Amino acid sequence: MPTIFVDDRAIEAKTGDNLLEVLLSNGIDVPYFCWHPAMGSVGACRQCAVVGYANPDDTRGRIIMSCMTPVTEGARFSVQSDNASSFRNSVVENLMLNHPHDCPVCEEGGECHLQDMTVMVGHSDRRYKGLKTTFRNQYLGPLIGHEMNRCITCYRCVRYYQDYAGGNDLAAFGSRDRVFFGRAEPGLLDNEFSGNLVEVCPTGVFTDKTLSKHYTRKWDLQSSPTVCQACSLGCNTYTSERYGEVRRVHNRYHNEVNGYFLCDRGRFGAQHVNSPRRIPRAGMRNADGLYEPVSIPDALDKVKALLNGKVIGIGSPRASLESNEALRQLVGPDQYCNGMTSTEREMHGVILEVLASNLNVPSMMEVETFDAILVVGEDVTNHAPRLALSIRQAVRNIGQQLAADTGISQWHDAAVRELEQDEKSPLVILSPMTDRLDDIASDTHRLAPNDIVSMVKQIIEAIDDNKPSHARDIASTLLAAKRPLIVSGTSLRSANILKASANLAAALASKNPGTGIFLCASEVNSIGVAMIDNTGNAEDLLGNKPETVIVLENDIDTRLGGSLLDEVQNLVVIDAMDNPTASRSSIVLPAASFAEAEGTFVNNEGRAQRSMATFAPAEHITPGYQLLSALGGDQLSASGWQQKLAAEHALLAGVATCAPDEQFRIEGSRIARMTHRASGRTAMLANVSVHEPQQPLDTESPLAFTMEGNQARAPASLRPYTWSPGWNSNQSIHKFQDEVGGPDKSGATGIRLFTGSTELTGFELSEFELSEEADADLIGQVHIFGSDELSNEAAELSTLIPQPYARMSSATAASLKVSHQDGLAFGDIIMTVLVDDEVAERCVVYPITPGTEALESARLSGLQKVAGYTAPADPLRPSLITTDRTS
Amino acid sequence: MTDKPLTKNIIGFDGHTDLARYESLGGYAAVRKTIGRTDPDAVLELLKDANLRGRGGAGFPTGMKWSFVPKKEGNGHRYLVANADEMEPGTFKDRLLMEKDPHQLIEGMILSAYTISADVGYIFIRGEYHVAIARLQEAINAATASGLLGEHILDSEFSFRLHVHVSAGRYICGEETALLNSLEGKRATPRAKPPFPQVSGLWGRPTIVNNVETLCNVTHIVANGADWFKSLGLGVDGGTKLFGASGRVARPGCWELPMGTPIREILEEHAGGMAEGYQLKGFLPGGASTDFLTPEHLDVPMEYETVMQAGSRMGTGTMIILDDRSCAVGMIANLEKFFARESCGFCTPCREGLPWVQEILDRIEAGNGEPDDMDVLERQSQFIGAIGNTHCAHAPGAMEPLASGLKYFRDEFITHIEGKACPYQREV
Repeated sequence: MPTIFVDDRAIEAKTGDNLLEVLLSNGIDVPYFCWHPAMGSVGACRQCAVVGYANPDDTRGRIIMSCMTPVTEGARFSVQSDNASSFRNSVVENLMLNHPHDCPVCEEGGECHLQDMTVMVGHSDRRYKGLKTTFRNQYLGPLIGHEMNRCITCYRCVRYYQDYAGGNDLAAFGSRDRVFFGRAEPGLLDNEFSGNLVEVCPTGVFTDKTLSKHYTRKWDLQSSPTVCQACSLGCNTYTSERYGEVRRVHNRYHNEVNGYFLCDRGRFGAQHVNSPRRIPRAGMRNADGLYEPVSIPDALDKVKALLNGKVIGIGSPRASLESNEALRQLVGPDQYCNGMTSTEREMHGVILEVLASNLNVPSMMEVETFDAILVVGEDVTNHAPRLALSIRQAVRNIGQQLAADTGISQWHDAAVRELEQDEKSPLVILSPMTDRLDDIASDTHRLAPNDIVSMVKQIIEAIDDNKPSHARDIASTLLAAKRPLIVSGTSLRSANILKASANLAAALASKNPGTGIFLCASEVNSIGVAMIDNTGNAEDLLGNKPETVIVLENDIDTRLGGSLLDEVQNLVVIDAMDNPTASRSSIVLPAASFAEAEGTFVNNEGRAQRSMATFAPAEHITPGYQLLSALGGDQLSASGWQQKLAAEHALLAGVATCAPDEQFRIEGSRIARMTHRASGRTAMLANVSVHEPQQPLDTESPLAFTMEGNQARAPASLRPYTWSPGWNSNQSIHKFQDEVGGPDKSGATGIRLFTGSTELTGFELSEFELSEEADADLIGQVHIFGSDELSNEAAELSTLIPQPYARMSSATAASLKVSHQDGLAFGDIIMTVLVDDEVAERCVVYPITPGTEALESARLSGLQKVAGYTAPADPLRPSLITTDRTS
Repeated sequence: MTDKPLTKNIIGFDGHTDLARYESLGGYAAVRKTIGRTDPDAVLELLKDANLRGRGGAGFPTGMKWSFVPKKEGNGHRYLVANADEMEPGTFKDRLLMEKDPHQLIEGMILSAYTISADVGYIFIRGEYHVAIARLQEAINAATASGLLGEHILDSEFSFRLHVHVSAGRYICGEETALLNSLEGKRATPRAKPPFPQVSGLWGRPTIVNNVETLCNVTHIVANGADWFKSLGLGVDGGTKLFGASGRVARPGCWELPMGTPIREILEEHAGGMAEGYQLKGFLPGGASTDFLTPEHLDVPMEYETVMQAGSRMGTGTMIILDDRSCAVGMIANLEKFFARESCGFCTPCREGLPWVQEILDRIEAGNGEPDDMDVLERQSQFIGAIGNTHCAHAPGAMEPLASGLKYFRDEFITHIEGKACPYQREV
């Protein structure tokens, strides 16, 4: 820990940090643009200049860039000297030459890092008399807007997009003061993490179109800390609302989970809350089979009356622990199931066993420290997208090692990348077809799911057997690593794949305790509900001919196949959105979405995290657990259910304490969900009445709706947004970290529930289920856009869902007597044949998208060639409007 | 032994020297006596002893530069790059060497590569030098056929493959690290140093980038020794230098003269003095990115330290002359237009600052200047002008003619602004 002197103040610097990081970590404001805590330094913007002194006698010093300066014992610097501040002022003055004065109409306004830095350096006067450089904007797809004139050329976007996220269709073009950041031609940004551009850009070049279409000033948003609902990783998000609509989702920094970045499904998928398919009020089917709206009390009374009969409850891996437990208590433990299929329960049972074992299960951020990764049959980018971003950083460990050996600082980003070139730490992928991570993989094997399992078995055997083989090569790679990591998951719906992965991790761990295993679960709360009850089987419960079935937030009709519900007399559905199950219900009760209800969710690594309601639901809409409370049994608030969960399930003890309960206050105040800068509450409904309506009271959490309350010093798990004086953008996060990139100063968000002590004995693999025709498997391919029930309802993402295809190798196509772009039908589903020799032999891959569910139980013999079929241009790239202006 | 080693094969010979002529005049003797026979470290010591300084502009001691290359470990590539991207306005010395005597450069590169254990070399050459490109390629082919290049040179353990890479044409590619990025197929953006190319250069490997003239000198130092080389100079620095003059002089051209030749001698004897009817107002001693000097500096010897003391840099040693009938503001505006255009766009002071300077200068020259423009020019020249303020030396170099112009020709700026016009009659 070198001691440095900044304006004569002694500061303990963290070894390995650059000066800018040290200054920010110690609360000293220095403006910057191109440096990013996750992406290091390149020295482009020259904004973070300070004066560095050569020795104790040096009184003059010279201008240095703090982001490019390592700290050494006794070094002296000045942030405040006139030289330094005048230089920083000149940088902003020069950056502003071509920057439009469009703050009043700019979406970034009020949350703009450029505004903040301009105010920080004190630049206010314009002396440039020339014309400004202007650019033509591009259409970049339905998610990201482009306004190049605002660009200050910090290069963050291309560094993020190309270097960090592995994208190759956004680049810097041209030179001098006409550098253009965009695509070679207009079109959809081809990267699953493009939304982070909105947050990475320090000004308003890349904007969130889902916010743009119903834009609200950032300071007028009402926000809360939420947990992303789009997959099992549990990324932390801020969800923001105005006028009862979710306006946007931003990243909520968590040093162990998602760091600074989200995937596009998470960021844009939350727009499903605004779907026109939301269920607005309770309905009851009348004698003619039509729904009649009923009041909630009437509907509840009707359901209560049914409770005296034979009732079962089907829970849901996408509903909160609170709601699931409330259902379980209502119907009784023996009549409750968690709503997953048998395969899903088996798979998540394996994950639970691994979490409970002494195998090392790293957090997502920790994944970035592993130096050899084997991906076993998990389509990471499509199924647990944010993890792919972490794997992309992990393969750079060899580069970081090279840099350390060469004496290059880790933060010296361009130099490290220059040195490492194309060297990558090993990443081996076992998958049935091409994978989005292939570009960074050292070795890929295209294998049918059962062959993946066989390969893993061979790798385990090859650990102690030197006979040359692919398996031995992979085993050697893993054995040679300091920290090998096995990544797998549920995307191929194979428990054997998970079991084999766990067995391999255990075998490696016996040689190397640094071995890790990271298993991706299916849905936001799959692990949580499996912890409540993973034995109850929906099919068995339904087989007992219950009179009444209560389905909680689960499209069980699609999940299990509709015929199971055919004989149910009273189907009571509690859900937020219409779906095939809700459509056949006898009584439907409108539930709050995640944005309107508090809930606790357990992610794939067993971390219980609380998601807070962003806004009060509309009239008639109620959180699921409140509806269930009202039906009888325990009348509990959210925290009551959390305590109940802790009491009932030993492993869920942490649920009660993973965030403060509704009694929590800061100096007697609640925590306000809106910023103190909010301008418009009085005006919001002024067209209706100039009298400000009373704000709804939050009985469930210590947060207050709208403005009243304390903003400062909220614990991390309750902080509704990040803001700090002078730091209005997301860059303010460093004010809440104990050091740049470190944990939150005000406590952890969430609790890891497993201590991991039991010895894993090794899973018995079940016998391979051979398909009836031994010549091919039908494999469902998960798609980041298309395979998630809720985000499919987000307006923009719904345009990105692929059309049905059947992808297969030329040999498989020949055996099926079809060729490229033929049509292949299964019942109503018509797929376009795509011949692709990167698909494993004997496999036919179809997309898991709305409407293709029936294919899961299909057999190849059931597929029929469609006569006279005309294939769409590109089924993977759905028909997009190619410019914003054509419509 | 000649006192004009670099141009001995060029002076008085109309064509260009091919392999046969080159060898008949003693060419490749240094290679033959060195490769596989002399310890590379001994060559390095010789270079250090000779105190050869880089001829590309910065004047960094070549031997010291090479000594930073780490000891060879493993079989990874090590690179030698000749910077032949001669794009400095007013500079045309390397072109002469490459067009007229390409083997001289190749021999210097073989010796240099041997010294630093480089196995691959590139000549990164300006695209417009198509004659030099053709002749270099022809020379490389001939040398390779004769066993002087390629695998196991002269049956030794030493191999060196040499390629000509034609630049796509940006001035910034002459900056050695931007050159390396360009050679890798990336944007020609300079790299931050450290790490230096000696440690992490082309494709992350140890790399030396030297100017063409520097590499040509290596041949003669190896052939004739350090003492001979040092004796060639008139002052502190050894060797000869290609000096040039352009502008309104009687005989613009390029001449090999002893290091330390007084500026007056170059201008009056070799360039024949000013053209008829013109007086000397000032000059850029080392190319477009050096500070103006004025007639009072005519007796300054052209070597690194003395020119520095006079307030400028020797740069490439090719002078641009400003005469009394040409507008200083117009000349500076023209230079800044070039530098603004050639900014790579990476760092703020250069990317935004140079076009702003250009905008002001264009306005002043057009008669639309305002008094406060002078303050902005002063401030910008300081903001952009200091090494370290910017990512590389491009913008500080660009500010040298401006800052010195504001010092020596301030009255011309004021005349433009107050008279709302350029006082010089523009000649067509």
